[in-house]
Amino acid sequence: MPFTPPRESYSGKIFEETIGSGPKAITVGGENVLPFHSFEGATPHKPVIAFEVQDVPPEDWPEVVKEVYKGVSGDPVTWAKYCIEKLGAETIALRLVGTHPDRQNFSPDEAAETVRKMLAAIDVPLIILGSQHAEKDSSVLIKCAEAAKGTNSVLGKAQEANHKTIVAAAMANDLKLIAMSELDINLSKQLNILITQMGFDKAKLMTDPMSSALSYGLEYTYSVMERIKLAALAQNDPTLQPPILADVGMMVWKVKETQAPEADMPAWGSLKDRGIAWEAVTAASFLIAGAEVLIMRHPDSINAVKKFIAEMEV
Amino acid sequence: MLIIGEKLSIIAKRVREAMFARDKAPIQEIAKRQYNEGSRMIDANIGPAEDGGEELMQWMVTTIQEAVAAPVCLDTTNQKAIEAGLKVHNGQWGKPMINSTSNDPERFGILELGAKYDALVIGLTVGKGGLPADAEERCAIAAEIMARAMEYGVPLEDLYLDPLVLQIATSQDHAAHVIKAIKMFQELNDPAMKTVVGLSNISNGAPKALRPIINKYYALLLLNAGLTAAIADAHEIAEVAKTYDVIMGKTLYAHSYLEM
Repeated sequence: MPFTPPRESYSGKIFEETIGSGPKAITVGGENVLPFHSFEGATPHKPVIAFEVQDVPPEDWPEVVKEVYKGVSGDPVTWAKYCIEKLGAETIALRLVGTHPDRQNFSPDEAAETVRKMLAAIDVPLIILGSQHAEKDSSVLIKCAEAAKGTNSVLGKAQEANHKTIVAAAMANDLKLIAMSELDINLSKQLNILITQMGFDKAKLMTDPMSSALSYGLEYTYSVMERIKLAALAQNDPTLQPPILADVGMMVWKVKETQAPEADMPAWGSLKDRGIAWEAVTAASFLIAGAEVLIMRHPDSINAVKKFIAEMEV
Repeated sequence: MLIIGEKLSIIAKRVREAMFARDKAPIQEIAKRQYNEGSRMIDANIGPAEDGGEELMQWMVTTIQEAVAAPVCLDTTNQKAIEAGLKVHNGQWGKPMINSTSNDPERFGILELGAKYDALVIGLTVGKGGLPADAEERCAIAAEIMARAMEYGVPLEDLYLDPLVLQIATSQDHAAHVIKAIKMFQELNDPAMKTVVGLSNISNGAPKALRPIINKYYALLLLNAGLTAAIADAHEIAEVAKTYDVIMGKTLYAHSYLEM
């Protein structure tokens, strides 16, 4: 008798969300099965990887990833265009880290001007990220949302402390929105509820349960993402059916393993290969856990993850 | 748990007056409120309705379904009124339910209607011989009703066994018998038989302040025994069902879980 593999089916489905507009718009989500389980149901869209660029030169990034963008990273638009034209970026994540009070402390208007210039220059979807300073982000993201009105960009991140203003800004300007909580499945659900109770359409939301890096808490993020996906699919919980976003690069490129020179750690091998592998493995793990949108930094690790996606989809 | 909103009963003065005056507004307002509070089926109890029952049930079904996107539980002893209601029931939100058949041959016609109109049927575990004494007797009657349902062509997954909740103030022993019966009913078939109760009957005759307390704790015990559905006031019971789901891990906890 031939072996028939068991098949799971689920009552829930992840929201299908389109980001950006025009021919380069991208759709994520829409699946009614666990990640890459295309043999059990519908997986209409591939996960998407956004290249991270910043509004200030990446002085705090390690050399391995900084050198890739040498010559273009002095200006966010030039940087983004390089990612799109030379590296094949399908999405850009613009991190306005220069607005942080401890960095350049750019004003909301300055940040909005950067967003405006970026949107005028690129034709792929844009993810607009604050500096993750809860208070500053709420003023910065209001101005940025106005600058991005009608572009179907993604705005983030709304946290419990500042979600009211940021949700209102995303709603008024018809943007997608990232809701970020701090590695707690229940608080993640709660924030999504609070946001939808303000009248924000849950089908325009993305959940960021907070990323981590391999060997620095990856398993916490992994199990939170996995639990979100199971609640969304098996329990048909609409509050957890928005696609999941994993902000990978910023977590990976600050850990010891992506920075320690070979001279100090000869047993760890090539620093460059190690950093790229660290980012790729972290990202691939989150894809398996359920992330649909990744933000990454190194083109080599992005290519490795794209290859992984292509092989998993077969 | 499926909550079948119980508030549209002819016993309530405001509802009765609206029924007789064919005044849609109060009926629809109550139906909407029950739906918003968590009922996913609305009970339309028109009593024995010996005169004009057919027309009244049709008016109730259409009036309710104009206001809420939910199926209706047709609750009357008048079988002609049931059939009239089934004819106009809009099935797009789910099958209608009939309340009820029993082991009394006079009620077998209900099974015929259930089969004919593809409706869910409540099987009240009483026979001609009066009230069942305990859980075991309820089970024996349930088995008879199940056999009858199959004979008439009502699939067992469409049959909801009702152990008959009695007033705790006058029939205290039966409160525990009913919980036991809910557990035993499920064993009568694989997949498990579905079950339903008329919940608030437990607190009938008790002082008004006690009624919600008794109803809620009783609902929790019945849920834990595996109850599928309850004809109940969603305003009172939704929090019990939601909290039960959270405690049992059927829904993921969040601080606002009651508001979902």
